[in-house]
Amino acid sequence: MNHSTKKYPLTGRRILIGKPGLDGHDIGAKIIALTLRDAGAEVIYTGLRRSAKQIAQVAVDEGVDAVGLSILSGSHKELVSDVLNELRERHSEDIKVFVGGTIPPEDHSHLHSLGVTAIFTADMPLQSVVNRLSKDLE
Amino acid sequence: MNMRAPDSNLPLMEPVLSSRNRSGIEIPPSVDSSAVHADRIGSPGQYPFTRGIFPDGYQGRLWTIRQYSGFGTAEESNERYKFLLDQGQTGLSVALDLPTQCGYDPTHPMARPEIGKVGVSLSNLSEAEILFKDLDLASISTSFTINGTAAIIYAMYLAVADKQGVPRAKLTGTIQNDILKEYVARGTWIFPVRPSMRLIADSILYSNEVTPRFNPISIAGAHVRDAGATAAEEMAYTLANGLAYVDELRSRGGDVEKFAKRLSFFFYVHMDFFEEIAKFRAGRRLWARFMKERYGVQDAKAQHLRFGVVCGGSSLVAPQPYNNVVRVAVETMAAVFGGAQSIFTCALDEAFQIPTEFSAELAVRTQQMIAYESGIARTVDPLGGSYFLEEHTDRMEEMILKVMREIDSYGGMEKAIEDGWIQMRLAERGLERKLDTDAGLNVIVGQNHFSKADEEIKIGELFTLDPTIAQRALEKYQRTLDTRNAAEVQRTLASLSQAAANDGENVMPYLVDCCHAYATVEEMVNTLKQQWGEFKEPVNL
Repeated sequence: MNHSTKKYPLTGRRILIGKPGLDGHDIGAKIIALTLRDAGAEVIYTGLRRSAKQIAQVAVDEGVDAVGLSILSGSHKELVSDVLNELRERHSEDIKVFVGGTIPPEDHSHLHSLGVTAIFTADMPLQSVVNRLSKDLE
Repeated sequence: MNMRAPDSNLPLMEPVLSSRNRSGIEIPPSVDSSAVHADRIGSPGQYPFTRGIFPDGYQGRLWTIRQYSGFGTAEESNERYKFLLDQGQTGLSVALDLPTQCGYDPTHPMARPEIGKVGVSLSNLSEAEILFKDLDLASISTSFTINGTAAIIYAMYLAVADKQGVPRAKLTGTIQNDILKEYVARGTWIFPVRPSMRLIADSILYSNEVTPRFNPISIAGAHVRDAGATAAEEMAYTLANGLAYVDELRSRGGDVEKFAKRLSFFFYVHMDFFEEIAKFRAGRRLWARFMKERYGVQDAKAQHLRFGVVCGGSSLVAPQPYNNVVRVAVETMAAVFGGAQSIFTCALDEAFQIPTEFSAELAVRTQQMIAYESGIARTVDPLGGSYFLEEHTDRMEEMILKVMREIDSYGGMEKAIEDGWIQMRLAERGLERKLDTDAGLNVIVGQNHFSKADEEIKIGELFTLDPTIAQRALEKYQRTLDTRNAAEVQRTLASLSQAAANDGENVMPYLVDCCHAYATVEEMVNTLKQQWGEFKEPVNL
């Protein structure tokens, strides 16, 4: 199926956008939240400075299909691993986790090996993000 | 040339030379002398200062060359500062880590993963003593990018100066201390808006008396720009915030003629050359007019918009990263034509990581080439009188005023922030900009146009942080707690608490006492939180 032909390819999906840690730059997180909403998803945004525990708990309580984490401070390895652990502790490892922000290329394979579904960098077109997510969430 | 965005189903528009700039101003193909209003231009050093605040420009004094830097522990940052000063940097610009910015000590669970990452960890005076070891604070101007905990870090700087025996009155430098833009763009808020405004007024009024050569605030548009604002909006939000601080200080009995001389500003400079130069010139003119007409300020120095500039971090991109060297050069030239008082250049690898020593040095060299080789710094405002630039400055001024009127009609900056209105506007603007980039309407060379298919991002060695920094910071922290006089800490914190409860009291001297007693940032912040509460972020998405 060609995802680009479907106008609202994320209809019926619930997605949590989270800002773990102390990084306060959230324009990227907000742009992604608005984009996913425009693509049909129900989007919840956590706001700033959430702990891994808080994010995992909201994800479980809200029954989301995916969690997007936005991190620009360089703490992505620790924070992503913390969120994945918290999800596992809640028996919710089926929730897909994707990551955006300042993620140096050499860290991508490490994050994938932890269980991250996709990594979105700032230069990636928003349509590609939507396409990729709708495919991963099928 | 790759005409499709990588991994997208959207066809890219052909690259076109747009006739409209990002602030939405239509640019005519040519402008003639009829567009120039000589009366609005004036002379350099003369009201309304369109052409600069000094008659002799950079011949009188070159801009301060700084690099935003700091990472890991105080020891590593102290070493980087000495390296940069040896390369000819003329001022320090201290980057603090996020725990220090948000008011958490290294032991706080939220702090652990962030210790020393985007700046240096500075949890108490003992760290500040190491950070400034063997640096002469009487001769070095130090700028701190700090907001939520600005008053505390300023107090710590005073305590270090006291320890080194440097008279406070000799200190020069800047604390950013602009909380209003933190609520909308950068997120290191701690207290609600009202007590934050009080804390800022306290620090400015105290600084006016104690450190008369120090800038106790740098009203910053840079982060608002990063969060999506156009050039005109950046200037408009910043001037609106500036006026909000002036009103606050006046309501506290401050003498505008006096404190306005120590207000400083901080802006981004992006790639649209003339838009940026016009933004600085229009902003300078508007601020002078506000000071004179709205507040009756007579002293020219109190009418001056003095500003630092940083190259737009968000204008740097990861694909074809060496292109960023050229971007930084163009942006630095726009800052020089705009008349900046200090400039930080970005480094070519900042789209990936904090800079390596190599790229930080190249960024300093870029400024030095523009300062000493290009000749553009010889004449003040060398483009002044250009038909196009003068007309464009007028148009930018109109656009800035239009945005400021919208904020006014909403009910002012404080209300617009508390309601999340500005935040939402920025998010929508950021989305617009990103969609335009994705469609190829904003040409970004090497990213959405003129890129090679399946190009791999190639960059040399990136900066890597020593993995032991968090552990070392925690050990030092513990040592300070073990060796300080606990009773003295309790005494100074209790006095701080009383001062915070009393609106008529200035908390600054109490913060300095706390710092001298080696109270930690988190202890001081928690003491203030008990009196003032915490900001509740409006999440309007």
